[in-house]
Amino acid sequence: MAVEKDLPHTCSQGEKGQCPNEARRDFLKYSSILTAFAFMPNMAVKAADLKLEEKLVSAFEKVNVTLNINGKKRKLSIEPRTTLLDLLREQLNLTGTKKGCDYGQCGACTVHVDGQRVLSCLSLAAMQDGKKITTIEGLADGHELHPMQAAFIKHDGFQCGYCTPGQIMSAVACIREGHADSDDEIREYMSGNICRCGAYPNIVNAIKEVKNGGQKV
Amino acid sequence: MNQFQYVQPAKSKAAIDTVTKDQTAMFIAGGTNLLDLMKRGIVTPEKLVDINKLPLKKIQKENGAVRIGALALNGETAEDKLVLEKHPLLSQALNAGASAQLRNMATVGGNMLQRTRCPYFYDTALPCNKREPGTGCGALEGYNRMHAIFGHSEKCIAVHPSDMSVALAALDATVLVSGPKGDRKIPFADFHRLPGDTPHIETNLQKGELILAVDLPENPYTKNIHYLKIRDRASYAFALISVAAALDLDGSNIRSARLAMGGVAHKPWRLTEAENFLAGKPATETTFRQAADLAMRGAKAFEHNKFKLKLGPNAIVQALKNAAGVA
Repeated sequence: MAVEKDLPHTCSQGEKGQCPNEARRDFLKYSSILTAFAFMPNMAVKAADLKLEEKLVSAFEKVNVTLNINGKKRKLSIEPRTTLLDLLREQLNLTGTKKGCDYGQCGACTVHVDGQRVLSCLSLAAMQDGKKITTIEGLADGHELHPMQAAFIKHDGFQCGYCTPGQIMSAVACIREGHADSDDEIREYMSGNICRCGAYPNIVNAIKEVKNGGQKV
Repeated sequence: MNQFQYVQPAKSKAAIDTVTKDQTAMFIAGGTNLLDLMKRGIVTPEKLVDINKLPLKKIQKENGAVRIGALALNGETAEDKLVLEKHPLLSQALNAGASAQLRNMATVGGNMLQRTRCPYFYDTALPCNKREPGTGCGALEGYNRMHAIFGHSEKCIAVHPSDMSVALAALDATVLVSGPKGDRKIPFADFHRLPGDTPHIETNLQKGELILAVDLPENPYTKNIHYLKIRDRASYAFALISVAAALDLDGSNIRSARLAMGGVAHKPWRLTEAENFLAGKPATETTFRQAADLAMRGAKAFEHNKFKLKLGPNAIVQALKNAAGVA
Protein backbone atom coordinates (compact mmCIF):
# COMPACT_ATOMS: atom_id res chain seq x y z
CA MET A 1 0.00 0.00 0.00
CA ALA A 2 1.93 2.96 -1.32
CA VAL A 3 -0.24 5.58 0.37
CA GLU A 4 0.88 4.55 3.80
CA LYS A 5 4.36 5.98 3.18
CA ASP A 6 3.00 9.50 2.88
CA LEU A 7 1.31 9.41 6.26
CA PRO A 8 2.70 11.71 8.95
CA HIS A 9 4.17 9.25 11.41
CA THR A 10 5.48 10.51 14.75
CA CYS A 11 8.51 8.38 14.12
CA SER A 12 9.54 7.17 10.71
CA GLN A 13 10.36 3.57 10.00
CA GLY A 14 14.06 4.46 9.98
CA GLU A 15 13.97 5.50 13.63
CA LYS A 16 13.42 1.98 14.77
CA GLY A 17 13.55 1.54 18.53
CA GLN A 18 12.92 5.18 19.44
CA CYS A 19 9.17 5.17 19.80
CA PRO A 20 8.01 1.87 18.38
CA ASN A 21 4.73 1.71 20.30
CA GLU A 22 3.60 5.12 19.20
CA ALA A 23 4.53 4.34 15.65
CA ARG A 24 2.60 1.13 15.71
CA ARG A 25 -0.45 2.80 17.23
CA ASP A 26 -0.39 5.44 14.54
CA PHE A 27 0.14 2.90 11.86
CA LEU A 28 -2.88 0.96 13.06
CA LYS A 29 -4.96 4.11 13.32
CA TYR A 30 -4.06 5.40 9.88
CA SER A 31 -4.22 2.11 8.15
CA SER A 32 -7.67 1.38 9.54
CA ILE A 33 -8.89 4.81 8.45
CA LEU A 34 -7.41 4.15 5.04
CA THR A 35 -9.08 0.79 4.88
CA ALA A 36 -12.40 2.39 5.73
CA PHE A 37 -11.96 4.97 2.96
CA ALA A 38 -10.80 2.38 0.53
CA PHE A 39 -13.91 0.35 1.07
CA MET A 40 -16.48 3.11 1.28
CA PRO A 41 -16.79 4.41 -2.27
CA ASN A 42 -16.50 0.94 -3.67
CA MET A 43 -19.20 -0.32 -1.38
CA ALA A 44 -21.48 2.60 -2.16
CA VAL A 45 -21.18 1.92 -5.89
CA LYS A 46 -21.79 -1.75 -5.30
CA ALA A 47 -24.78 -0.98 -3.08
CA ALA A 48 -26.36 1.12 -5.83
CA ASP A 49 -25.61 -1.57 -8.41
CA LEU A 50 -27.34 -4.20 -6.40
CA LYS A 51 -30.24 -1.97 -5.32
CA LEU A 52 -29.16 -2.70 -1.81
CA GLU A 53 -31.68 -0.42 -0.17
CA GLU A 54 -34.33 -2.99 -1.13
CA LYS A 55 -32.12 -5.97 -0.52
CA LEU A 56 -30.78 -4.82 2.83
CA VAL A 57 -34.25 -4.92 4.29
CA SER A 58 -34.73 -8.55 3.37
CA ALA A 59 -31.14 -9.51 4.17
CA PHE A 60 -31.46 -8.11 7.66
CA GLU A 61 -34.78 -9.78 8.19
CA LYS A 62 -34.59 -12.05 11.14
CA VAL A 63 -35.93 -15.56 11.32
CA ASN A 64 -38.05 -16.57 14.29
CA VAL A 65 -37.33 -20.00 15.69
CA THR A 66 -38.27 -21.96 18.77
CA LEU A 67 -35.52 -24.21 20.05
CA ASN A 68 -35.41 -26.54 23.00
CA ILE A 69 -31.93 -26.02 24.36
CA ASN A 70 -30.87 -28.30 27.22
CA GLY A 71 -34.50 -28.80 28.21
CA LYS A 72 -35.44 -25.12 28.06
CA LYS A 73 -37.70 -23.78 25.35
CA ARG A 74 -36.30 -20.62 23.78
CA LYS A 75 -38.06 -18.32 21.35
CA LEU A 76 -35.37 -16.57 19.36
CA SER A 77 -35.12 -14.09 16.54
CA ILE A 78 -31.94 -14.71 14.57
CA GLU A 79 -30.11 -13.43 11.52
CA PRO A 80 -30.18 -16.12 8.78
CA ARG A 81 -26.40 -16.53 8.59
CA THR A 82 -25.97 -17.22 12.31
CA THR A 83 -24.60 -20.70 12.84
CA LEU A 84 -25.91 -22.81 15.68
CA LEU A 85 -22.43 -22.57 17.21
CA ASP A 86 -22.44 -18.76 17.20
CA LEU A 87 -26.00 -18.67 18.52
CA LEU A 88 -25.04 -20.88 21.45
CA ARG A 89 -21.81 -19.08 22.28
CA GLU A 90 -22.46 -15.46 21.38
CA GLN A 91 -26.15 -15.01 22.06
CA LEU A 92 -26.97 -17.60 24.71
CA ASN A 93 -23.61 -17.57 26.51
CA LEU A 94 -23.38 -21.35 26.32
CA THR A 95 -19.63 -21.27 25.79
CA GLY A 96 -19.05 -24.92 26.66
CA THR A 97 -19.38 -25.75 22.96
CA LYS A 98 -16.06 -24.75 21.42
CA LYS A 99 -15.17 -23.07 18.17
CA GLY A 100 -12.11 -24.91 16.90
CA CYS A 101 -11.71 -24.64 13.14
CA ASP A 102 -15.22 -23.30 12.32
CA TYR A 103 -15.06 -25.26 9.03
CA GLY A 104 -16.26 -28.70 10.04
CA GLN A 105 -12.83 -30.27 10.32
CA CYS A 106 -12.16 -30.65 14.05
CA GLY A 107 -15.34 -31.69 15.91
CA ALA A 108 -14.86 -29.26 18.83
CA CYS A 109 -18.34 -27.83 18.17
CA THR A 110 -20.18 -31.18 18.34
CA VAL A 111 -23.66 -30.98 19.88
CA HIS A 112 -26.72 -33.24 19.75
CA VAL A 113 -29.67 -32.18 17.61
CA ASP A 114 -32.72 -34.37 18.17
CA GLY A 115 -30.38 -36.90 19.74
CA GLN A 116 -27.94 -37.06 16.81
CA ARG A 117 -24.40 -35.69 17.01
CA VAL A 118 -23.78 -32.91 14.50
CA LEU A 119 -21.34 -30.06 13.92
CA SER A 120 -22.86 -26.81 15.14
CA CYS A 121 -20.38 -24.72 13.11
CA LEU A 122 -21.85 -26.04 9.84
CA SER A 123 -25.49 -25.79 10.98
CA LEU A 124 -27.53 -22.66 10.41
CA ALA A 125 -29.51 -21.81 13.54
CA ALA A 126 -32.44 -20.75 11.35
CA MET A 127 -32.67 -24.34 10.06
CA GLN A 128 -33.08 -25.85 13.56
CA ASP A 129 -36.61 -24.59 14.25
CA GLY A 130 -38.51 -26.93 16.58
CA LYS A 131 -35.46 -29.06 17.31
CA LYS A 132 -34.04 -30.29 20.58
CA ILE A 133 -30.45 -29.19 21.13
CA THR A 134 -28.22 -30.69 23.81
CA THR A 135 -24.85 -29.11 24.56
CA ILE A 136 -22.17 -30.12 27.04
CA GLU A 137 -23.93 -27.89 29.60
CA GLY A 138 -27.04 -30.05 29.31
CA LEU A 139 -25.35 -33.39 29.88
CA ALA A 140 -24.95 -33.44 33.66
CA ASP A 141 -27.92 -34.13 35.92
CA GLY A 142 -27.76 -31.10 38.19
CA HIS A 143 -24.49 -31.42 40.07
CA GLU A 144 -24.21 -35.09 39.17
CA LEU A 145 -21.75 -35.50 36.30
CA HIS A 146 -22.78 -37.55 33.28
CA PRO A 147 -20.95 -40.92 33.40
CA MET A 148 -18.92 -39.91 30.33
CA GLN A 149 -17.78 -36.69 31.98
CA ALA A 150 -16.76 -38.64 35.10
CA ALA A 151 -14.93 -41.22 32.96
CA PHE A 152 -13.00 -38.53 31.06
CA ILE A 153 -11.79 -37.15 34.40
CA LYS A 154 -10.93 -40.58 35.76
CA HIS A 155 -8.98 -41.63 32.66
CA ASP A 156 -7.34 -38.26 32.03
CA GLY A 157 -9.08 -38.01 28.67
CA PHE A 158 -7.73 -34.52 28.01
CA GLN A 159 -4.84 -32.15 28.54
CA CYS A 160 -5.69 -28.62 27.43
CA GLY A 161 -9.39 -29.47 27.42
CA TYR A 162 -10.37 -27.46 24.36
CA CYS A 163 -11.63 -30.41 22.33
CA THR A 164 -13.16 -32.09 25.38
CA PRO A 165 -16.78 -30.86 25.18
CA GLY A 166 -16.92 -32.05 21.56
CA GLN A 167 -15.17 -35.31 22.44
CA ILE A 168 -17.66 -36.01 25.24
CA MET A 169 -20.73 -35.19 23.13
CA SER A 170 -19.36 -37.43 20.40
CA ALA A 171 -18.44 -40.20 22.86
CA VAL A 172 -21.97 -40.30 24.29
CA ALA A 173 -23.40 -40.55 20.77
CA CYS A 174 -20.82 -43.20 19.84
CA ILE A 175 -22.19 -45.49 22.57
CA ARG A 176 -25.84 -44.64 21.87
CA GLU A 177 -25.33 -45.48 18.17
CA GLY A 178 -23.85 -48.84 19.10
CA HIS A 179 -20.42 -48.08 17.67
CA ALA A 180 -18.29 -48.67 20.76
CA ASP A 181 -17.84 -52.44 20.64
CA SER A 182 -14.07 -52.49 20.15
CA ASP A 183 -11.09 -50.15 20.35
CA ASP A 184 -10.91 -50.00 16.56
CA GLU A 185 -14.60 -49.24 16.23
CA ILE A 186 -14.35 -46.49 18.85
CA ARG A 187 -11.36 -44.96 17.05
CA GLU A 188 -13.16 -45.05 13.71
CA TYR A 189 -16.38 -43.52 15.03
CA MET A 190 -14.53 -40.90 17.09
CA SER A 191 -12.33 -39.85 14.16
CA GLY A 192 -14.33 -36.67 13.63
CA ASN A 193 -12.99 -35.24 16.89
CA ILE A 194 -9.40 -34.09 16.65
CA CYS A 195 -7.29 -33.74 19.82
CA ARG A 196 -4.06 -31.80 19.38
CA CYS A 197 -2.74 -32.91 22.77
CA GLY A 198 -3.07 -36.52 21.70
CA ALA A 199 -5.26 -37.79 24.54
CA TYR A 200 -6.71 -40.43 22.23
CA PRO A 201 -5.74 -43.61 24.16
CA ASN A 202 -7.27 -42.22 27.35
CA ILE A 203 -10.40 -41.13 25.51
CA VAL A 204 -10.80 -44.67 24.16
CA ASN A 205 -10.38 -46.01 27.73
CA ALA A 206 -13.00 -43.61 29.08
CA ILE A 207 -15.50 -44.64 26.40
CA LYS A 208 -14.80 -48.34 26.96
CA GLU A 209 -15.37 -48.00 30.69
CA VAL A 210 -18.72 -46.27 30.24
CA LYS A 211 -19.74 -48.80 27.57
CA ASN A 212 -18.73 -51.81 29.66
CA GLY A 213 -20.12 -50.29 32.86
CA GLY A 214 -23.55 -50.51 31.28
CA GLN A 215 -24.57 -47.13 32.71
CA LYS A 216 -27.36 -45.30 30.97
CA VAL A 217 -25.90 -42.75 28.58
CA MET B 1 -20.31 -15.04 5.41
CA ASN B 2 -22.27 -12.83 2.99
CA GLN B 3 -25.80 -11.86 3.91
CA PHE B 4 -28.61 -13.82 2.36
CA GLN B 5 -32.31 -14.27 2.49
CA TYR B 6 -33.59 -17.53 3.93
CA VAL B 7 -36.74 -19.25 2.72
CA GLN B 8 -38.14 -22.67 3.53
CA PRO B 9 -40.75 -23.74 0.98
CA ALA B 10 -43.12 -26.61 1.75
CA LYS B 11 -43.49 -27.76 -1.88
CA SER B 12 -40.87 -28.82 -4.43
CA LYS B 13 -42.48 -26.60 -7.06
CA ALA B 14 -42.02 -23.46 -4.98
CA ALA B 15 -38.40 -24.39 -4.25
CA ILE B 16 -37.68 -25.04 -7.94
CA ASP B 17 -39.44 -21.83 -9.04
CA THR B 18 -37.42 -19.73 -6.62
CA VAL B 19 -34.04 -21.12 -7.67
CA THR B 20 -35.00 -21.04 -11.37
CA LYS B 21 -36.00 -17.36 -11.30
CA ASP B 22 -33.38 -15.99 -8.94
CA GLN B 23 -29.86 -16.24 -10.41
CA THR B 24 -28.32 -15.86 -6.97
CA ALA B 25 -30.50 -18.42 -5.17
CA MET B 26 -29.29 -21.87 -4.17
CA PHE B 27 -30.81 -24.93 -2.52
CA ILE B 28 -29.51 -25.91 0.89
CA ALA B 29 -30.02 -29.35 2.45
CA GLY B 30 -27.36 -30.54 4.92
CA GLY B 31 -25.19 -27.51 4.23
CA THR B 32 -21.97 -29.27 5.22
CA ASN B 33 -20.17 -28.20 2.05
CA LEU B 34 -22.16 -25.10 1.10
CA LEU B 35 -21.74 -23.32 4.46
CA ASP B 36 -18.03 -24.15 4.44
CA LEU B 37 -17.73 -22.55 0.98
CA MET B 38 -19.86 -19.56 2.01
CA LYS B 39 -17.72 -18.90 5.08
CA ARG B 40 -14.68 -18.71 2.81
CA GLY B 41 -16.38 -16.47 0.27
CA ILE B 42 -16.07 -19.06 -2.50
CA VAL B 43 -19.83 -19.30 -3.03
CA THR B 44 -22.00 -16.28 -2.25
CA PRO B 45 -25.71 -16.98 -2.76
CA GLU B 46 -28.05 -14.13 -1.88
CA LYS B 47 -30.92 -16.47 -1.19
CA LEU B 48 -30.88 -19.90 0.41
CA VAL B 49 -33.81 -22.18 -0.30
CA ASP B 50 -33.96 -24.69 2.54
CA ILE B 51 -35.45 -27.91 1.11
CA ASN B 52 -35.58 -29.85 4.37
CA LYS B 53 -39.37 -29.60 4.63
CA LEU B 54 -39.81 -31.47 1.32
CA PRO B 55 -40.81 -35.14 1.60
CA LEU B 56 -37.62 -36.57 0.06
CA LYS B 57 -36.20 -38.59 2.90
CA LYS B 58 -37.55 -42.11 2.33
CA ILE B 59 -35.56 -45.19 1.34
CA GLN B 60 -37.88 -47.72 -0.27
CA LYS B 61 -38.35 -50.35 -2.97
CA GLU B 62 -39.64 -48.96 -6.24
CA ASN B 63 -40.21 -51.22 -9.28
CA GLY B 64 -37.50 -53.62 -8.17
CA ALA B 65 -35.03 -50.80 -7.54
CA VAL B 66 -34.03 -49.28 -4.23
CA ARG B 67 -35.04 -45.63 -4.27
CA ILE B 68 -33.11 -43.38 -1.89
CA GLY B 69 -34.64 -39.97 -1.28
CA ALA B 70 -32.34 -37.01 -1.90
CA LEU B 71 -32.71 -35.89 1.71
CA ALA B 72 -31.86 -39.27 3.25
CA LEU B 73 -28.86 -38.64 5.47
CA ASN B 74 -25.54 -40.32 4.68
CA GLY B 75 -25.40 -41.96 8.11
CA GLU B 76 -28.92 -43.36 8.07
CA THR B 77 -28.53 -44.52 4.47
CA ALA B 78 -25.35 -46.43 5.36
CA GLU B 79 -27.21 -48.26 8.14
CA ASP B 80 -30.52 -48.72 6.33
CA LYS B 81 -31.65 -52.37 6.24
CA LEU B 82 -32.66 -52.32 2.58
CA VAL B 83 -29.38 -50.68 1.53
CA LEU B 84 -27.34 -53.14 3.61
CA GLU B 85 -29.23 -56.08 2.14
CA LYS B 86 -29.29 -55.02 -1.53
CA HIS B 87 -26.36 -52.62 -1.93
CA PRO B 88 -23.80 -53.13 0.84
CA LEU B 89 -21.13 -51.55 -1.39
CA LEU B 90 -22.93 -48.22 -1.05
CA SER B 91 -23.06 -48.65 2.71
CA GLN B 92 -19.30 -49.26 2.88
CA ALA B 93 -18.54 -46.26 0.69
CA LEU B 94 -20.77 -44.00 2.79
CA ASN B 95 -19.13 -45.11 6.01
CA ALA B 96 -15.69 -44.46 4.51
CA GLY B 97 -16.61 -40.81 4.01
CA ALA B 98 -16.32 -37.87 6.43
CA SER B 99 -17.04 -38.36 10.14
CA ALA B 100 -20.03 -39.65 12.10
CA GLN B 101 -21.13 -36.06 12.77
CA LEU B 102 -20.97 -35.04 9.11
CA ARG B 103 -22.75 -38.22 8.01
CA ASN B 104 -25.59 -37.24 10.36
CA MET B 105 -25.92 -33.95 8.50
CA ALA B 106 -24.99 -34.56 4.87
CA THR B 107 -27.69 -35.77 2.48
CA VAL B 108 -27.42 -38.20 -0.42
CA GLY B 109 -28.38 -35.49 -2.92
CA GLY B 110 -25.90 -33.03 -1.45
CA ASN B 111 -23.08 -35.56 -1.35
CA MET B 112 -23.20 -35.91 -5.15
CA LEU B 113 -22.96 -32.13 -5.51
CA GLN B 114 -19.89 -31.75 -3.33
CA ARG B 115 -17.31 -29.39 -4.73
CA THR B 116 -13.70 -30.43 -5.12
CA ARG B 117 -11.31 -30.04 -2.19
CA CYS B 118 -8.53 -28.81 -4.48
CA PRO B 119 -6.58 -26.27 -2.37
CA TYR B 120 -6.40 -23.88 -5.33
CA PHE B 121 -10.19 -23.88 -5.51
CA TYR B 122 -10.41 -23.23 -1.77
CA ASP B 123 -7.85 -20.40 -1.62
CA THR B 124 -9.47 -17.27 -3.01
CA ALA B 125 -6.03 -15.62 -3.37
CA LEU B 126 -4.93 -18.18 -5.96
CA PRO B 127 -6.01 -18.71 -9.56
CA CYS B 128 -8.68 -21.33 -10.27
CA ASN B 129 -10.73 -21.79 -13.43
CA LYS B 130 -13.41 -23.57 -11.45
CA ARG B 131 -13.89 -20.75 -8.95
CA GLU B 132 -13.17 -17.87 -11.34
CA PRO B 133 -13.28 -19.01 -14.98
CA GLY B 134 -10.39 -17.66 -17.02
CA THR B 135 -7.94 -17.11 -14.16
CA GLY B 136 -5.96 -20.28 -14.84
CA CYS B 137 -5.31 -23.51 -12.97
CA GLY B 138 -2.98 -23.13 -10.01
CA ALA B 139 -2.64 -26.87 -9.56
CA LEU B 140 -1.38 -27.63 -13.07
CA GLU B 141 2.13 -26.33 -12.28
CA GLY B 142 1.58 -26.20 -8.53
CA TYR B 143 1.37 -28.72 -5.73
CA ASN B 144 -0.80 -31.37 -7.34
CA ARG B 145 -0.41 -34.39 -5.10
CA MET B 146 -4.15 -34.92 -4.59
CA HIS B 147 -5.05 -34.36 -8.23
CA ALA B 148 -6.45 -36.24 -11.20
CA ILE B 149 -4.75 -38.79 -13.41
CA PHE B 150 -7.73 -39.42 -15.71
CA GLY B 151 -9.97 -37.12 -17.75
CA HIS B 152 -8.28 -33.86 -16.77
CA SER B 153 -7.85 -30.84 -19.02
CA GLU B 154 -5.45 -27.91 -19.18
CA LYS B 155 -8.12 -25.89 -17.46
CA CYS B 156 -8.58 -28.13 -14.41
CA ILE B 157 -7.01 -31.18 -12.81
CA ALA B 158 -9.18 -31.33 -9.68
CA VAL B 159 -10.85 -34.51 -8.42
CA HIS B 160 -14.35 -35.19 -7.18
CA PRO B 161 -14.19 -35.86 -3.43
CA SER B 162 -17.25 -38.07 -2.86
CA ASP B 163 -16.91 -41.71 -1.77
CA MET B 164 -20.63 -42.34 -2.05
CA SER B 165 -20.61 -41.33 -5.72
CA VAL B 166 -17.92 -43.90 -6.54
CA ALA B 167 -20.23 -46.65 -5.30
CA LEU B 168 -23.22 -45.12 -7.11
CA ALA B 169 -21.19 -45.13 -10.34
CA ALA B 170 -20.29 -48.80 -9.89
CA LEU B 171 -23.90 -49.69 -9.07
CA ASP B 172 -25.36 -48.02 -12.19
CA ALA B 173 -27.50 -45.55 -10.29
CA THR B 174 -30.02 -43.22 -11.90
CA VAL B 175 -30.62 -39.73 -10.57
CA LEU B 176 -34.22 -38.50 -10.52
CA VAL B 177 -34.54 -34.76 -10.86
CA SER B 178 -37.32 -32.23 -11.14
CA GLY B 179 -36.93 -28.82 -12.72
CA PRO B 180 -38.68 -25.94 -14.44
CA LYS B 181 -39.18 -28.13 -17.53
CA GLY B 182 -40.51 -31.13 -15.62
CA ASP B 183 -39.04 -34.36 -14.28
CA ARG B 184 -36.26 -36.40 -15.86
CA LYS B 185 -33.89 -39.27 -15.09
CA ILE B 186 -30.14 -38.91 -15.47
CA PRO B 187 -27.96 -42.05 -15.71
CA PHE B 188 -25.19 -41.68 -13.13
CA ALA B 189 -22.45 -41.78 -15.76
CA ASP B 190 -23.97 -38.62 -17.31
CA PHE B 191 -24.56 -36.81 -14.04
CA HIS B 192 -21.07 -35.44 -13.39
CA ARG B 193 -18.98 -33.81 -16.12
CA LEU B 194 -15.32 -33.82 -17.02
CA PRO B 195 -13.67 -30.40 -16.75
CA GLY B 196 -12.92 -29.72 -20.43
CA ASP B 197 -13.02 -25.97 -21.03
CA THR B 198 -15.74 -25.39 -18.43
CA PRO B 199 -14.54 -26.80 -15.10
CA HIS B 200 -16.96 -24.48 -13.26
CA ILE B 201 -19.85 -26.57 -14.63
CA GLU B 202 -19.58 -29.79 -12.68
CA THR B 203 -22.84 -31.61 -13.32
CA ASN B 204 -25.46 -31.75 -16.07
CA LEU B 205 -28.13 -30.36 -13.73
CA GLN B 206 -29.82 -27.29 -15.16
CA LYS B 207 -30.48 -24.13 -13.16
CA GLY B 208 -33.38 -24.79 -10.80
CA GLU B 209 -33.27 -28.57 -11.14
CA LEU B 210 -33.67 -30.34 -7.83
CA ILE B 211 -32.51 -33.88 -7.09
CA LEU B 212 -35.47 -35.92 -5.82
CA ALA B 213 -33.94 -39.38 -5.40
CA VAL B 214 -31.41 -41.94 -6.59
CA ASP B 215 -32.52 -45.31 -7.96
CA LEU B 216 -30.31 -48.37 -7.62
CA PRO B 217 -31.39 -51.22 -9.90
CA GLU B 218 -31.44 -54.79 -8.60
CA ASN B 219 -28.07 -56.51 -9.06
CA PRO B 220 -26.24 -59.62 -7.87
CA TYR B 221 -23.54 -57.68 -6.00
CA THR B 222 -24.63 -58.32 -2.44
CA LYS B 223 -21.82 -60.48 -1.12
CA ASN B 224 -18.45 -60.10 -2.86
CA ILE B 225 -17.97 -56.39 -2.56
CA HIS B 226 -15.35 -54.05 -1.16
CA TYR B 227 -14.80 -50.32 -0.92
CA LEU B 228 -11.11 -49.65 -0.44
CA LYS B 229 -10.12 -46.13 0.52
CA ILE B 230 -6.49 -45.06 0.73
CA ARG B 231 -5.79 -41.79 2.50
CA ASP B 232 -3.17 -39.93 4.50
CA ARG B 233 -4.63 -40.94 7.85
CA ALA B 234 -6.64 -43.96 8.91
CA SER B 235 -9.98 -42.16 9.02
CA TYR B 236 -11.65 -38.82 8.31
CA ALA B 237 -9.63 -37.74 5.28
CA PHE B 238 -10.34 -37.47 1.58
CA ALA B 239 -9.19 -40.31 -0.63
CA LEU B 240 -5.86 -40.30 -2.40
CA ILE B 241 -7.36 -43.19 -4.29
CA SER B 242 -10.43 -45.30 -3.62
CA VAL B 243 -11.82 -48.35 -5.40
CA ALA B 244 -15.35 -49.71 -5.36
CA ALA B 245 -15.23 -53.37 -6.38
CA ALA B 246 -18.13 -55.78 -6.78
CA LEU B 247 -18.02 -59.34 -8.09
CA ASP B 248 -20.67 -61.87 -8.95
CA LEU B 249 -18.90 -65.19 -8.44
CA ASP B 250 -19.75 -68.67 -9.64
CA GLY B 251 -17.48 -70.67 -7.40
CA SER B 252 -14.06 -69.27 -8.18
CA ASN B 253 -15.10 -67.84 -11.55
CA ILE B 254 -16.27 -64.31 -12.19
CA ARG B 255 -19.67 -64.03 -13.82
CA SER B 256 -19.54 -60.25 -13.88
CA ALA B 257 -17.74 -57.40 -12.16
CA ARG B 258 -18.19 -53.75 -11.34
CA LEU B 259 -15.34 -51.35 -10.73
CA ALA B 260 -15.07 -47.63 -10.13
CA MET B 261 -12.36 -45.36 -8.75
CA GLY B 262 -12.38 -42.22 -6.66
CA GLY B 263 -9.68 -39.60 -6.18
CA VAL B 264 -8.49 -39.95 -9.77
CA ALA B 265 -10.78 -37.76 -11.87
CA HIS B 266 -13.22 -34.85 -11.97
CA LYS B 267 -16.00 -37.43 -11.68
CA PRO B 268 -16.32 -40.95 -10.26
CA TRP B 269 -14.25 -43.02 -12.67
CA ARG B 270 -15.96 -46.18 -13.89
CA LEU B 271 -13.60 -48.90 -15.18
CA THR B 272 -15.78 -50.53 -17.83
CA GLU B 273 -12.95 -52.08 -19.83
CA ALA B 274 -11.57 -53.83 -16.76
CA GLU B 275 -15.09 -55.00 -15.85
CA ASN B 276 -15.55 -56.55 -19.29
CA PHE B 277 -12.15 -58.20 -19.09
CA LEU B 278 -12.96 -59.79 -15.72
CA ALA B 279 -16.23 -61.38 -16.87
CA GLY B 280 -15.75 -65.12 -17.35
CA LYS B 281 -12.25 -65.18 -15.87
CA PRO B 282 -11.06 -66.94 -12.71
CA ALA B 283 -11.00 -64.80 -9.55
CA THR B 284 -7.24 -64.84 -9.07
CA GLU B 285 -4.63 -62.22 -8.35
CA THR B 286 -3.20 -62.67 -11.85
CA THR B 287 -6.53 -61.83 -13.46
CA PHE B 288 -7.02 -58.89 -11.11
CA ARG B 289 -3.57 -57.55 -12.01
CA GLN B 290 -4.33 -57.78 -15.72
CA ALA B 291 -7.63 -55.97 -15.20
CA ALA B 292 -5.88 -53.28 -13.17
CA ASP B 293 -3.28 -52.71 -15.88
CA LEU B 294 -6.08 -52.37 -18.40
CA ALA B 295 -7.87 -49.90 -16.14
CA MET B 296 -4.80 -47.68 -15.82
CA ARG B 297 -4.32 -47.27 -19.57
CA GLY B 298 -4.40 -43.61 -20.53
CA ALA B 299 -3.58 -42.38 -17.03
CA LYS B 300 -1.48 -39.23 -17.00
CA ALA B 301 0.05 -37.91 -13.80
CA PHE B 302 1.59 -34.57 -12.83
CA GLU B 303 4.68 -33.59 -10.87
CA HIS B 304 3.48 -34.60 -7.42
CA ASN B 305 0.92 -37.32 -8.04
CA LYS B 306 2.97 -39.83 -10.02
CA PHE B 307 2.59 -42.21 -7.08
CA LYS B 308 -1.03 -42.65 -8.13
CA LEU B 309 0.10 -44.49 -11.27
CA LYS B 310 1.41 -47.26 -9.02
CA LEU B 311 -1.02 -46.91 -6.15
CA GLY B 312 -3.98 -47.05 -8.54
CA PRO B 313 -3.46 -50.57 -9.95
CA ASN B 314 -2.36 -51.88 -6.55
CA ALA B 315 -5.55 -50.52 -5.00
CA ILE B 316 -7.66 -52.12 -7.73
CA VAL B 317 -6.01 -55.51 -7.15
CA GLN B 318 -6.40 -55.23 -3.38
CA ALA B 319 -10.06 -54.19 -3.61
CA LEU B 320 -10.81 -57.10 -5.95
CA LYS B 321 -8.96 -59.53 -3.69
CA ASN B 322 -10.90 -58.29 -0.68
CA ALA B 323 -14.18 -58.53 -2.61
CA ALA B 324 -13.41 -62.08 -3.78
CA GLY B 325 -12.05 -63.18 -0.41
CA VAL B 326 -8.78 -64.17 -2.11
CA ALA B 327 -5.80 -64.01 0.24
